[in-house]
Amino acid sequence: MTAVVAEHDDHHDHEHEHHGPEKGWLRWIITTNHKDIGTLYLLFSLVMFFVGGTMALIIRSELFEPGLQFVDPNFFNSMTTMHALVMVFGAVMPAFVGLANWMIPMMIGAPDMALPRMNNMSFWMLVAGVLLIASTLFMEGGAPSAGWTFYPPLVMQTGKAFPFAVFAVHMLGVSSIMGAINIIATIFNMRAPAMTLMKMPLFVWTWLITAFLLIAIMPVFAGAVTMLLTDRFFDTSFFDAAGGGDPVLYQHIFWFFGHPEVYVMILPTFGVASTIIPVFARKPLFGYSSMVYATGAIAFLSFIVWAHHMFTVGLPVAGELYFMYATMLIAIPTGVKVFNWTATMWKGSMTFETPMLFSIAFVVLFTMGGFTGLMMAVAPVDFQYHDTYFIVAHFHYTLVPASIFILMAAGYYWLPKWTGNMYNERIGRLHFWLSAVSVNILFFPQHFLGLAGMPRRIPDYAVQFADWNMVSSIGAFIYGFSQLLFVYIVIDTIKGGTGVKATDEVWEDARKHGLEWTLPSPAPYHTFTTPPELVPTEHV
Amino acid sequence: MKKTKQLLACLVLMAVGLGTAHADYTLNLMQGVTQLSHELYDLHMLILWVCVFIGIAVFGTMFYSIYHHRKSKGHKAEQFHENTTVEIIWTIIPTLILVGMAIPATKAVIDLDKVQESEMSIKVTGKQWYWEYEYLDSGVRFESHLDEASEKAHRVSSIDPRTVANYLLNVDRPLVVPVKKKIRFLFTAADVIHSWWVPDLGWKKDANPGFVNEAWTSVDKPGVYRGQCTELCGRDHGFMPIVVIAMEQDQYDAWVKSTLEKQNQAPDLSDQPRSVLMAKGESVYLKNCVACHQIDGNGISGWFPALRGSAKATGDMNQLIGFIQAGTSKMPAFQKLPDSEMAELITYIRNAPELGNNVGDEIQPNKITPKWDDDE
Repeated sequence: MTAVVAEHDDHHDHEHEHHGPEKGWLRWIITTNHKDIGTLYLLFSLVMFFVGGTMALIIRSELFEPGLQFVDPNFFNSMTTMHALVMVFGAVMPAFVGLANWMIPMMIGAPDMALPRMNNMSFWMLVAGVLLIASTLFMEGGAPSAGWTFYPPLVMQTGKAFPFAVFAVHMLGVSSIMGAINIIATIFNMRAPAMTLMKMPLFVWTWLITAFLLIAIMPVFAGAVTMLLTDRFFDTSFFDAAGGGDPVLYQHIFWFFGHPEVYVMILPTFGVASTIIPVFARKPLFGYSSMVYATGAIAFLSFIVWAHHMFTVGLPVAGELYFMYATMLIAIPTGVKVFNWTATMWKGSMTFETPMLFSIAFVVLFTMGGFTGLMMAVAPVDFQYHDTYFIVAHFHYTLVPASIFILMAAGYYWLPKWTGNMYNERIGRLHFWLSAVSVNILFFPQHFLGLAGMPRRIPDYAVQFADWNMVSSIGAFIYGFSQLLFVYIVIDTIKGGTGVKATDEVWEDARKHGLEWTLPSPAPYHTFTTPPELVPTEHV
Repeated sequence: MKKTKQLLACLVLMAVGLGTAHADYTLNLMQGVTQLSHELYDLHMLILWVCVFIGIAVFGTMFYSIYHHRKSKGHKAEQFHENTTVEIIWTIIPTLILVGMAIPATKAVIDLDKVQESEMSIKVTGKQWYWEYEYLDSGVRFESHLDEASEKAHRVSSIDPRTVANYLLNVDRPLVVPVKKKIRFLFTAADVIHSWWVPDLGWKKDANPGFVNEAWTSVDKPGVYRGQCTELCGRDHGFMPIVVIAMEQDQYDAWVKSTLEKQNQAPDLSDQPRSVLMAKGESVYLKNCVACHQIDGNGISGWFPALRGSAKATGDMNQLIGFIQAGTSKMPAFQKLPDSEMAELITYIRNAPELGNNVGDEIQPNKITPKWDDDE
């Protein structure tokens, strides 16, 4: 870091030998410190969470009652498209990269990420990519409105925004790949000598596997959108039947990316849950090695199940059967994980601080999303569920009360370590209960809507769907506004929180569970400049 | 279970002060009216109950643990963290359950695919934003658009959708099929991907441009069955419903006969008074033009041009007709629009107060002379 800073710094009177952060706002632009970059990622994703959330509330406002009240159907389609893109690429993925940046070096006893300058670059490419895609909202013809899946031929009807959206995907892809390379290089090369692979915390394990997924799939997505680009501007016909192409080919390529992509958002979630639950159960994680193998199995399976997103597209019978069987297999390693978490709680000595509350809600509600996933894996009944609100309910259960809840849990769990201050537990619990209740009011009725026959991605609906849509919208507003409590708590904790200084260990006996709790709170700017000699082996 | 959920739903709705808690919402999948839909419904219920059972077992264990094994109750944590036997058991049992589910599911996949030996075939073409049906055996062919009442209600904010019968689920010309006859459907699309779904038939199938998909059905009992497009297909994706009317064979035969008669009739090109042209023209406009040019003729800025005060719409009439027949890169060519409908449409576009135009002229069906290819 010092070398880079020295080149660009006008204030040569600074002493860089003491390795403090750069003074002033420039610190946040040029930083190569894993903690600073982690903070940037986390704050950026929090902002994007509210941007994407606002779009969701526009959608739920329009769907509050039958009839078109607020927006044009085309803008509605732009909102569903942009909500997904912003939440996936702007909120959930960057939030986990932020956690990886902050926690992986501290968990494996490393001084920083292996490639700090690339780390900075991958963050700023992310910002550029998200700003580029957001700018399409103001372009002639509006933002992309063909769904986040960009299916041709519909996506070809996008206005001026089309090439910008494609280029934004390229930038987001490059950013993700750089982040993934960095994480792999860090985990493979910078562990403390005593930290063998099978002693690594599960958060590190799940991120290692996730990083490999990212490197494998992001180029596939980039390739798919580049083919769209050449179809539109350079007269190729990859996806145009009139020129000998096939629109369904795009769906195969997209979902070869898309299915592992959804696991990119859930595997680190598993990792954080496996980190938090043992601490508050005061018991070692049950079945550590089976957790590692289950994660690996899920990652492997994610590459061979893609066409279960396409059961109604006209697959041959053999294809339907193969993708059905392969998809059903995912239930086995996922079940193992849920059983392990339950067994970890079994006969423990549990307390229910906010991180634990969010983690337990995650296990329960993610399992509900898993059940509907199993239902949809069964190809013939998916002929009814496909592209209805049933699938909307399914993937939101696996994303909101799963990934988002666990990100909240991680925030509460590590904020005292990051800031040195305790957060306000009363408001934290209020945030949890409001979120846990409203998220079910929001998404549970969508199961009924889908089964009753309401297609997804429609701005207006038949009158018999009115009641549950209204309930769902009410849940959405309660959920959305209660997330402001989290913003309040984060700001409050940074400013000093309850006034109680966090101890190094923060949580009772946490030292037994992770290296980060052996460090002072707040964690100093540089940590583990010499690797620790002992690592916790509680979980092994 | 259902009772509890309904009770809960009523409580929630009453709590927010709504008077609509009596509405006819449903919570579960419909059983449908075909052998396939019954098979899929049973499969759905089987898996649902398996999930409920596993859920009760897992969550029950978890909540027992949460209640009893808490520090505040003085429970001391045990330190076990591995048990190979248990791990093997909870890998094998789910595997067996999955095998048990896969067997009926495999049978259903094969049943869904049995399109052979059908007794009649209907070709379905998805278009932005309506369906076109072609009976390959009898030659009946027609378009099926969203009905006028729904079309107006969703475009004019002063009309309450709750007052419209079958809002967004009604069409001007429904698909008519005989009961207890094996029908093969062929799906394709003209522009983008659409998906044809009538829940009561038990399946949906994508209509891909340039390719043909197959599916089959045999409806058990007469009735009206409604569905919608289920693949995002652009702006009016939510406004291209499907209505299937199943009737007894003799009624169906009569319907085919009368439909064919009408279809083969020479078009009526007799002169019409201006008011009739205008009234019929509105229907033609609502069916063919309103999706892009909008109900007030303002179009959508950046996407679709306005007709209100447009030089093209209010200028030379023959040029306008040629333009509509030829289409553009964005607008489909309407060369197949019958002369009578073209005359009605032109008169409406140029004079409709709704569109803000008042040229004060009209054209009769027998005056529509230029054909789009003459213009080239």
